[in-house]
Amino acid sequence: MATNMRDIKREIKSKQNMKQITKAMEMVAASRLRRAQQAALASRPYADKLKEVVASIAAGTKDVKHPMLETREIKKTGYLVITSDRGLAGGYNANILRKVTQTIQQKHKSADEYALFVIGRKGRDYFRRRNMPIVEEVIGLADSPTFADIKSVSSSAVKMFADGSYDELYLYYNKFVNAISQIPTETRLLPLEEISEGTKVSTYEYEPSPEGVLEVLLPKYAETLIYSAVLDGKASEFGARMTAMGSATKNATKMISQLTLTYNRARQAAITQEISEIVAGANAQS
Amino acid sequence: MSTFLVEIVTPERKVYEETANMVSVKGVEGELGILPNHIPLVTPLRIAPVTIKRGGVVDIIAVNGGFIEVRKDKVVILAESAELARDIDVRRAEAAKKRAEERLAKREQIDYHRAELALQRALNRLSVGR
Repeated sequence: MATNMRDIKREIKSKQNMKQITKAMEMVAASRLRRAQQAALASRPYADKLKEVVASIAAGTKDVKHPMLETREIKKTGYLVITSDRGLAGGYNANILRKVTQTIQQKHKSADEYALFVIGRKGRDYFRRRNMPIVEEVIGLADSPTFADIKSVSSSAVKMFADGSYDELYLYYNKFVNAISQIPTETRLLPLEEISEGTKVSTYEYEPSPEGVLEVLLPKYAETLIYSAVLDGKASEFGARMTAMGSATKNATKMISQLTLTYNRARQAAITQEISEIVAGANAQS
Repeated sequence: MSTFLVEIVTPERKVYEETANMVSVKGVEGELGILPNHIPLVTPLRIAPVTIKRGGVVDIIAVNGGFIEVRKDKVVILAESAELARDIDVRRAEAAKKRAEERLAKREQIDYHRAELALQRALNRLSVGR
């Protein structure tokens, strides 16, 4: 019995260590979540403004033609997938990767029909293991990524659409709802959906011309959408991690109390046995 | 003296928000001086310093990759990056300038355009930072 008691004690100790770690990770994630949310919020004015201007050009000038607004016959599809670098974030990566894989399996027969852009180590490893074609990857993104961090991947994703390497671009990321709920989301980034809001048509002068301005703004707009998705993804990551670590901590607490109970029972049993042995010994002597 | 609101916004944050008398920028078609009640206008900007006059103060901001939206009572500059003189790391900009010049000297075809842009950004920062 004594050895068993020692085993249980060791197990309790290890669970306590684990609980400490998960607890710490939960708190770290909580504080980063707040920062990530602020960053996502701070990026909104830029995106809104850009959208407003693009929409007003689209609404103000009737027949704007731009390759990024035109729907082409789809021969090849680009996917931009946003995952995290580290695990221990519940279903964060698994959910989004499952969604991408399902779509790809349904829509494409061979690996020539699609191209992948991956942000985050988890996603990169996943696709690499399955020998899927990764065009560009970004790993080791900071907790609050700057626009410059993702500029290269977003601009090459947009550029490859513009030069016809693929005919549509989808964006996969976890949309942040709140700390406990993140929805894996698929959005078609390019060609850009109708962005005219219709009502608010402000008449601007355009220099050099509406088309010229659009030429510059549309790629920027698409890149900004990618950037906001990255920020949203970051917030989701910390939310997911916080929730996952919170429930891990709770489970650890439960296990510890369960084990403590078993331990005390074993201790009680050992004492009882010892007493009965002593009593039996005393009885035998007299 | 009439004034208008000037905002400079980057994807990361709002860099600048002041009431000003005049804004001077370098658009793709040439230099523009904007006073209150300017006609509504949208134009992309070159990589160049933006000068803002308010009262007796002149603010100079290094703006990269942006465009300007002018309305009757408000001017918004959207840019990929924008830095006030005090935020510029002159040493880093100088290093970037040197790096870009070396690349340009080698005349590598692929990165030529990128190096050129990097050089422009560095020079822009330096001219504001000093």
